[in-house]
Amino acid sequence: MERNPLRRQLQIMRKSLFDQGYLDEQFVQLEELQDESNPNFVEEVVTLYYRDSARLILNIEQALERKPYNFHKLDAYMHQFKGSSSSIGAKKVKAESTLFREYCKSGNGEGCMRCFQQLKKEYTTLRKKLEAYFQVARQAGPMETACRPK
Amino acid sequence: MSDEDIVNNNLTALVVDDSPMIRKLHEMHLKKFGLKVQVAENGKNAVDLFRCGASFNLILMDKEMPIMDGAEATKELRIMGVTSMIVGVTSLDSIFERQAFMEAGLDHCFTKPLTSENIIFLLQELNNKNNEEN
Repeated sequence: MERNPLRRQLQIMRKSLFDQGYLDEQFVQLEELQDESNPNFVEEVVTLYYRDSARLILNIEQALERKPYNFHKLDAYMHQFKGSSSSIGAKKVKAESTLFREYCKSGNGEGCMRCFQQLKKEYTTLRKKLEAYFQVARQAGPMETACRPK
Repeated sequence: MSDEDIVNNNLTALVVDDSPMIRKLHEMHLKKFGLKVQVAENGKNAVDLFRCGASFNLILMDKEMPIMDGAEATKELRIMGVTSMIVGVTSLDSIFERQAFMEAGLDHCFTKPLTSENIIFLLQELNNKNNEEN
């Protein structure tokens, strides 16, 4: 059990992210790449993810403003977005991306719209949680090696 | 190949991807296994590196990139006589599209992001390739 209060808080935050289904195993793979010579690697990758994916979110939003929907294009954008989200272990975001693609394949425009709103909520929620997590991580200093959630 | 052999290699790699996040991720993955890594933002940059005399044991090639995509870059490199191991790393889920990418001249094709298991496999393949050439 971690004695340092900041590190304990960090452990609790991390466990919660996994237990509540926000993150999956891929995030642990990122943590395993972090070391003393790259102590902020995970945060840097997540920052790049939010930067890259903002463009894709905008592309999808703009595509959803054009009627009739180009489901092929929407699917292609979401495919890219899903790939990026998988790379950081964004589990709920990835799930909504999969659902969106199913709606695209069945030509369900309303389903796409609803799903996209939910996806944006999950995307924003995860961002806030990760920002808070990294803020505590920076204060706590380097952690021991990543451990897999039970 | 022992774990020590896997890390103590003199191998070089080029990561070709238009996503800064994927470039960073794959670069770190490869560095962890002791490879010296360079990155390129698209297929044209990768081809230009080779034209300027650079060479790499391993190329990780994304498919969907602006200016020159992975398939085109792979074909170009093979026409130039590049014998490096070229590995497609793509999020494409169509079997047809992956097959077309392989036919451009890839040695292997994986779904991104790469995992440590993928890299261990590639290092073993590179080791086998080096043994055959010597």
